[in-house]
Amino acid sequence: MGVLEGKVAFITGAARGQGRSHAIRLAQEGADIIAVDIAAQIESVAYPMSTPEDLAETVREVEALDRRIHAVQADVRDRAALQSALDAGVAELGRLDIVLANAGIAPMSMHPGEQEWYDVIDVNLTGVYHTIEVAKPALIAGGQGGSIVITSSTAGLAGIGGDAPGGLGYTAAKHGVVGLMRSYANQLAQHSIRVNTIHPTGVNTPMVVNDVMQEFLESDPQLSNAMANALPVPMIEPVDISNAIVFLTSDAGRYITGVTLPVDAGFLNKR
Amino acid sequence: MGRVEGKVAFITGAARGQGRSHAIRLAQEGADVIAIDVCEAIPENPYDPATEEDLAETVRQVEALDRRIIATKADVRDFAQVRAAVDEGVAQLGRLDIVSANAGISGRPNKSQDIPDDEWSNMLDINLSGVWRSVKAAIPHMREAGNGGSIVITSSDAGLFAYENISHYVSAKHGVIGLMRTLALELAPDMIRVNAICPTTVDTDMVQNEAIYRLFRPDLEAPTKQDFADAASQMNALPIPWVEAVDISNALLFLASDEARYITGVALPVDAGAAVK
Repeated sequence: MGVLEGKVAFITGAARGQGRSHAIRLAQEGADIIAVDIAAQIESVAYPMSTPEDLAETVREVEALDRRIHAVQADVRDRAALQSALDAGVAELGRLDIVLANAGIAPMSMHPGEQEWYDVIDVNLTGVYHTIEVAKPALIAGGQGGSIVITSSTAGLAGIGGDAPGGLGYTAAKHGVVGLMRSYANQLAQHSIRVNTIHPTGVNTPMVVNDVMQEFLESDPQLSNAMANALPVPMIEPVDISNAIVFLTSDAGRYITGVTLPVDAGFLNKR
Repeated sequence: MGRVEGKVAFITGAARGQGRSHAIRLAQEGADVIAIDVCEAIPENPYDPATEEDLAETVRQVEALDRRIIATKADVRDFAQVRAAVDEGVAQLGRLDIVSANAGISGRPNKSQDIPDDEWSNMLDINLSGVWRSVKAAIPHMREAGNGGSIVITSSDAGLFAYENISHYVSAKHGVIGLMRTLALELAPDMIRVNAICPTTVDTDMVQNEAIYRLFRPDLEAPTKQDFADAASQMNALPIPWVEAVDISNALLFLASDEARYITGVALPVDAGAAVK
């Protein structure tokens, strides 16, 4: 018996990386999944973003666990598209218990441009707002409480990320979702809906492990220092974030809300 | 396969309340336990103390789960007692992976200027220095084994912000956050993680007593449990008066397990949203 048996989770950015890992890990614990992903490129992002084939692979892996998944190609910047994806998913899977606002971009490169700021705020901050707003009515209507987890970053609690428009926007957006989390935690507590943020250090995903990001990090010693953890590990794995999410979303975390949880190998404490 | 199968956990204040719950929860997930508790009255502490019978009951419940437990009557105010208990436990159980520095008292509520000197000192000796002594006794065993490990200190929401009339408790619980953060850096090279849990009110004997009822309801002559519940609910964002000991145990289990292998230096509220409210 999984610790999330019979629950349904809405996951953004589910085509690959942390989002796919969350879909698989939650499915292992018995949850069905509503998955969305842009599965397309954003021009200001220099590394290759996810594809429809990636999203199809997430579907395959969840179904291989004998769980159901409703997957839709949708952009978190497009509230209407997100709403219809969520509504169709709830109609098919029957309920909604968990929301993982995971979709995000990191538009940092050696060739910065002003558009990075607007895109990263749109995706990483406004996209989280959209995700929770479209899901909130179904969570409340379910009457069973619920758990929302927003993926922030160590850059959501510390001023790191560099001084280019993308890095500044990334840091501002990741701080911004902490304010969203705290507000939603207070507003939704009366419905026993809990809201928390997770703050990962560098995670071994295509968003971080790519030529563009590596070149960017190596360009400035301050930036590579900003990736140095207290524990002797250069990077952590997507499943480490997924495990923290399983804890927070399960009954083991039933009274945890309003919390910023670092999963950061001691990075923030080291500063 | 339990989530902490084959590991050994050292738990202070294990006779009852959160400590007993931790021993049982970790044993359910496969751990053996080294348990200590002072099992005697603390001067001026305003509720009935844990007893040797309480500690024996913890032993019974862990053994009923087919796990081993080495329980000793020992006082966290006395390093020699703590070290002897840990050394003996490791000698018998073969290793040490997890520390739950849980032992603590609530103390007698008072305005700061009215707290007697000995009550202030005793509070710091148990709730702050006692944590340091417990960890100090455990670290050599964990480092020598080279298996990494997880130390979890029980702080409180009173370790994160102020509560009037218990400044000795607030100071000690803030203090262990500083200790946790420093230990997390010192022990990171050995892959020993150090975190704190910050509970809101927990439904245990330390809380369910007249002194705490009066602390929460200074407006009433003879506050009842329900009066306390009404006031305690106001502190939390979620619509509950308190959390259960097992909720703290579940957070401890997560932090102690490999699921949290890269979490260190964190103060984790398990507080029904009291801090965010």
